[in-house]
Amino acid sequence: MASPNVIHVLYNDDDILMNAVKEIRANHYTIEEVYTPFPVHGLDKAMGLAPTRLAITSFMYGLVGLSVAVLMMNYIMIEDWPRNIGGKPSFSFHQNMPAFVPIMFELTVFFAAHLMVITFYMRSKIWPFKKPENPDLRTTDDHFLVEMHIGDNDLEKVSKFLRDTGAAEISLVHNEEA
Amino acid sequence: MYTLSSKLRIFSIIIMVLGLVGLVFGFISVPSTIEEAKAAMTTSHEGESHGEATNEHASDAHHEEEASFVDMARGEEGYSEAAMSKSKDSGTAEHHSDEEHMGHVLHQMQTKPWSALFVAAFFFMMIALGTLVFYAIQYASQSGWSPVLYRVMEGITSYLLPGSIIVVLIVLFAGTHFYPWQDHELVAEDSILQGKSGYLNFPFFIIRAVVYLIGWNLFRYFSRRNSLLQDTANDIEPYKKNFKYSVLFLAFFLATESMMAWDWFMSMTPHWFSTLFAWYILASILVSAVTVIALVTIFLKGLGHLDFVNDSHLHDLAKFMFGFSIFWTYLWFGQFMLIWYANIPEEVTYFILRIQEYNLLFFGMLVLNFVFPILMLMNSDYKRVPWFVVMAGVIILVGHYIDIFLLVMPSTVGPYWSFGITEIAAVLFFLGLFIFIVGTGLGKVSLRPRRNPYIVESEHYHY
Repeated sequence: MASPNVIHVLYNDDDILMNAVKEIRANHYTIEEVYTPFPVHGLDKAMGLAPTRLAITSFMYGLVGLSVAVLMMNYIMIEDWPRNIGGKPSFSFHQNMPAFVPIMFELTVFFAAHLMVITFYMRSKIWPFKKPENPDLRTTDDHFLVEMHIGDNDLEKVSKFLRDTGAAEISLVHNEEA
Repeated sequence: MYTLSSKLRIFSIIIMVLGLVGLVFGFISVPSTIEEAKAAMTTSHEGESHGEATNEHASDAHHEEEASFVDMARGEEGYSEAAMSKSKDSGTAEHHSDEEHMGHVLHQMQTKPWSALFVAAFFFMMIALGTLVFYAIQYASQSGWSPVLYRVMEGITSYLLPGSIIVVLIVLFAGTHFYPWQDHELVAEDSILQGKSGYLNFPFFIIRAVVYLIGWNLFRYFSRRNSLLQDTANDIEPYKKNFKYSVLFLAFFLATESMMAWDWFMSMTPHWFSTLFAWYILASILVSAVTVIALVTIFLKGLGHLDFVNDSHLHDLAKFMFGFSIFWTYLWFGQFMLIWYANIPEEVTYFILRIQEYNLLFFGMLVLNFVFPILMLMNSDYKRVPWFVVMAGVIILVGHYIDIFLLVMPSTVGPYWSFGITEIAAVLFFLGLFIFIVGTGLGKVSLRPRRNPYIVESEHYHY
């Protein structure tokens, strides 16, 4: 439903925004995006967004890190060149394992943390020199903006409804791409 | 208002009686002469040595298949195995004169029921004590989530007075069963023990134990009283008092907990010392206590007595179980790895004994206390599911019972341990006592605190 026109609805309070989002969804209008200057607690639930799976990826990255550490040290210290270093028992991995645990732990954390952060950047499409996407500069300071497609809805009716939800400013924006 | 159901009351009394019978049996059936000890040893060790022999066979066969590089370098099969096994000498082999050796064995066998009693008594006492500490932390940190659980925690800490009195009595009467430094003949020959006698002497030992006992129970008494006073007060004076007492108690507790660990556990092996030891026991105390708070909360909520407790409170308790489990593992490993790495003879004996004679328990405990909790309680959704938290909680409690078992048994009975009637009876007795006293304690007042400055926030707590 690529509509050429979107409505930008500005609110100036997060409580009003939360109620408005709930009302908009209750009236079956589709919210395209919401821009806020800070995290609004519970907004994702009100918008009906699916919960993040970032924690699950992090767990798996951690397992990768653990495997890397185990395989690396088993190869280096036990299989490839097992030397007697200060009497440490490098006969088998488990006999010398306590000495490897700090590295196993750190690599697990390292992989889990860094790969998760990179996943986050990729999934939310953030990188240096990326063109900012906020439609109104005030949304980085003290305003909250809800972006909606008009679709086949009657503009008059929609704007009256939005005005009732406490909107401070409503503007029709012509989308150039469409 | 909760009342201990008659079924539970009868159940707790029955297992107390069973436990008591088992304990009496345990104390009666210890060998009293060297001949009896020998007889007991031959019956119990036949099976064991058989098992060992087949085990060695199996591991030999295994080594032939994949000979280690050391064997290949030496051109001598089984060299590495022999070298490794030589480094493990637990001192159980027959080398000193038989008479002297058997005297030692007899002493360790006679100690066994004492140790079984102490392990169980301390395990349940430390749950009440840890709950009291957690409770004090909640007051001192002015937590907003936990006031709905204050009555539950106070119910659990009602076990502290009887529990700690029993533990202190055991510690005082165990004598040389637990504490070799109380044996004057031994101290006379031992310059290390003489050097420690400024701290490890019996009068000072009693004074310290009594100070711990009084200090902990005084805080329990006054904090409970103030907490109940707050229900009817018009101001928040009782709350403010409790805040002050909690801060003071926490300072007092940290000092006395360290000394308690040295007195009651570390001095069982008075030649050995570790600086991390007291912290390590503290972690065990805290994780078991939080687990029991969660279990009791789930139990009472299941009966409909805690409608104001929601799954976010449970989620928080489960987070603490998870976090403290990892904290425990961190300290366990911190102590183990430092000693293993440096391998200084006077330190490493502690772990050699445990690894050789208690291998399965020693490493099995790590699975129960670390691997299970970390995998079961990592998921945020699972932490809200009562039966899941109960499952994880039971595993954690079993694991920390083993933990206390491994603090005491190797130091007191050495290789002559077993898990039999005496040990089970001791657990049953104290479990029954715990259920009875905690159940009665919970039933005294309404489980819903009133007029606590944070109670409204706590009731609306949502994570």
